[in-house]
Amino acid sequence: MSTGIASAAAGLTRPFATVSPRTRTRIPLIVTAVLLVVMFSVGSVRYEGFLSAQVLLNLLIDNGFLLVVAVGATFVILTGGIDLSVGSMVALSTMLTAWLVESHGWPLATVIPLVLLVGAASGALMGWIIHTFEIQPFIVTLAGMFLARGLCYTISTESITIGDPATAGIAQTRLYGPGGLFVSIPVVIALAVLVIAFVVLHHTRFGRNVYALGGNEPSARLMGLPVGSTKIAVYAVSGLCSALGGLLLTFYMLSGYALHAMGMELDAIAATVIGGTLLTGGSGFVLGTALGVLVLGVIQTVVNFQGTLSSWWTRIVIGALLLVFIVLQRLMSGRRPAAD
Amino acid sequence: MTPQPAQSKAAGGIGRRLAGHRLLWPTLALLALLLGNLAFHHDFFSVRVRDGHLYGSLIDILQFGAPLTLVALGMTLVIATRGIDLSVGSTVAIAGALACGYISTAAHPGSIATMLTAAALALGVALVLGLANGFLVSGLGVQPIVATLILMVAGRGVAQLITDGQIITVTSAPYKMIGGGYWLTMPFAVLLAAALVALTAFITRRSALGMLIESVGGNPAASRLVGIRAGGLLALVYVFSALCAAIAGLMISSNVSSADGNNAGLWIELDTILAVVIGGTALTGGRFSLGGTVLGALIIQTLSTTVYTLGVPPETTLVFKAFVVIVVCLVQSPAFRAKVLRRRRTTGPRSHPSAGAAPQQQEVRA
Repeated sequence: MSTGIASAAAGLTRPFATVSPRTRTRIPLIVTAVLLVVMFSVGSVRYEGFLSAQVLLNLLIDNGFLLVVAVGATFVILTGGIDLSVGSMVALSTMLTAWLVESHGWPLATVIPLVLLVGAASGALMGWIIHTFEIQPFIVTLAGMFLARGLCYTISTESITIGDPATAGIAQTRLYGPGGLFVSIPVVIALAVLVIAFVVLHHTRFGRNVYALGGNEPSARLMGLPVGSTKIAVYAVSGLCSALGGLLLTFYMLSGYALHAMGMELDAIAATVIGGTLLTGGSGFVLGTALGVLVLGVIQTVVNFQGTLSSWWTRIVIGALLLVFIVLQRLMSGRRPAAD
Repeated sequence: MTPQPAQSKAAGGIGRRLAGHRLLWPTLALLALLLGNLAFHHDFFSVRVRDGHLYGSLIDILQFGAPLTLVALGMTLVIATRGIDLSVGSTVAIAGALACGYISTAAHPGSIATMLTAAALALGVALVLGLANGFLVSGLGVQPIVATLILMVAGRGVAQLITDGQIITVTSAPYKMIGGGYWLTMPFAVLLAAALVALTAFITRRSALGMLIESVGGNPAASRLVGIRAGGLLALVYVFSALCAAIAGLMISSNVSSADGNNAGLWIELDTILAVVIGGTALTGGRFSLGGTVLGALIIQTLSTTVYTLGVPPETTLVFKAFVVIVVCLVQSPAFRAKVLRRRRTTGPRSHPSAGAAPQQQEVRA
């Protein structure tokens, strides 16, 4: 059975062996772009009212928080690590915000920096444990995932609705553009995060360190790159982005709930992988992550427009799509699949 | 490890062997936990016979711990190959949903044939799910964490799809037997779990299989060079893990006579990983201890029972378990041991400089 599987997979890799590595890493990205266009076209043909600029903007309004979280996940995945705690961190942020604002009457201006600090600090702590004690990232972030989820329940097992006028005001603000199109404030923040991440990854020393670390960690260390601080920093970035994503979700939902963002870690990882970032690290595009988020958003929109489909179909389709892209990337990478 | 203090010659041999045994700490932890419970409930250890069945807190722990033990059994072999299976919780939910879904629509829900078909259906689908995980890991070389994460999240969607988002309730005496029945005064689930653990221990320890699994986990490249077919072994352990999870799913749904796609087996991944790690199987692979895993699962179950009886909201135990996972992993980590011991030797206890300085030195040296 093993040899059958291995030889079948090895045989499948051969067709792409002649393609240059640079092109090969871009193929998933191109596939994603085509997929996005095809899905949107099919949606436009099948459903009335699907083809409009506002539906496109709604994709951003409904998925702004996911975009921010996925951008953070991209940093971690580029270094070859993984952060399973993002979904729980988002939930904890919504819970913390709702609890402090509603039950304790704290002003939003104090709560926001505090929540961001908590996110970044817990990310940094996880990164520090991963680096210092050489424990696999997944077990540390898995523990972080359960810790954050558990902390949500210690705050409250019920959903906390936010009635605070300042928060509701920000949440309901619409920024109008030409032709009556509008976006929400979280969309602007999410796009700003995307631009900052792009600049950081492609035009700063830190960004180059992230790619180098993911490419080959021993080499990066031998070259004298600050491996430890880079690793801690990417988990801090991921934690910060999760906390910010949680704040945006709080504005979107106007509530804090321990069951918010269940399974969002998969969404974030899926968006990153569908966007062309290699799970083994070292190669990827943060703008591709944005494309990945849009693909997930279109799936959600199609499920909504179809009406007869249940919401859990979204989850299944995202899982299947992630599967397809992982297999695609494996075949593109041109290396023999190793058993280890 | 720190050397044991010298003892008298006669007792020294046994004492040292006991102290050095790798199941010592899990056993002591379990005993301490049980004794702690005795302090709160004076009849904690009492086991009575009522209607020909055994009753008591200890029996409850064994019965409710049986599914966890089974899932942890599969997880142990996966972790021994340096892998991880995050999809067990979803497999539990899918198996329960399939079996209950089949029984609820069957013509004779109470017949043994229906129960056996339902169980076979659940195990068959689990086999396919395990093969899918195994193919991704061994055929395509995807990291186990990612390969099984897909099924972990998407699988819950599948379970909800099967149950249509509802809780399926079934009334079937033979099905109730799997998780809630009694046989020879003992809960059937306990006997089933014990039999499977014994069978697995027999196969892995009385044949070369256990050694082959350990060698693949210890050094995949070297195993390949000596001619071990790592791919098949890897696929095998993921299939085994999925089958164990499916049986656990049958037990859980049978015990409550219903399938809940949303909550069945939710967060069981952490519990099982915790059980395996407490039992002395390192996440870095290469060595495994089935006895340790059983002890670990019993510790987790006792802990959960304690939390319930103390009246703490059960969800908050997630926080506690997360801490335990990190601490146990830290203690198992060679880097942690080296750093803590080295610090103690060079600078003496509690007088070490800032925590950031030491790791940096280590990094340069490594």
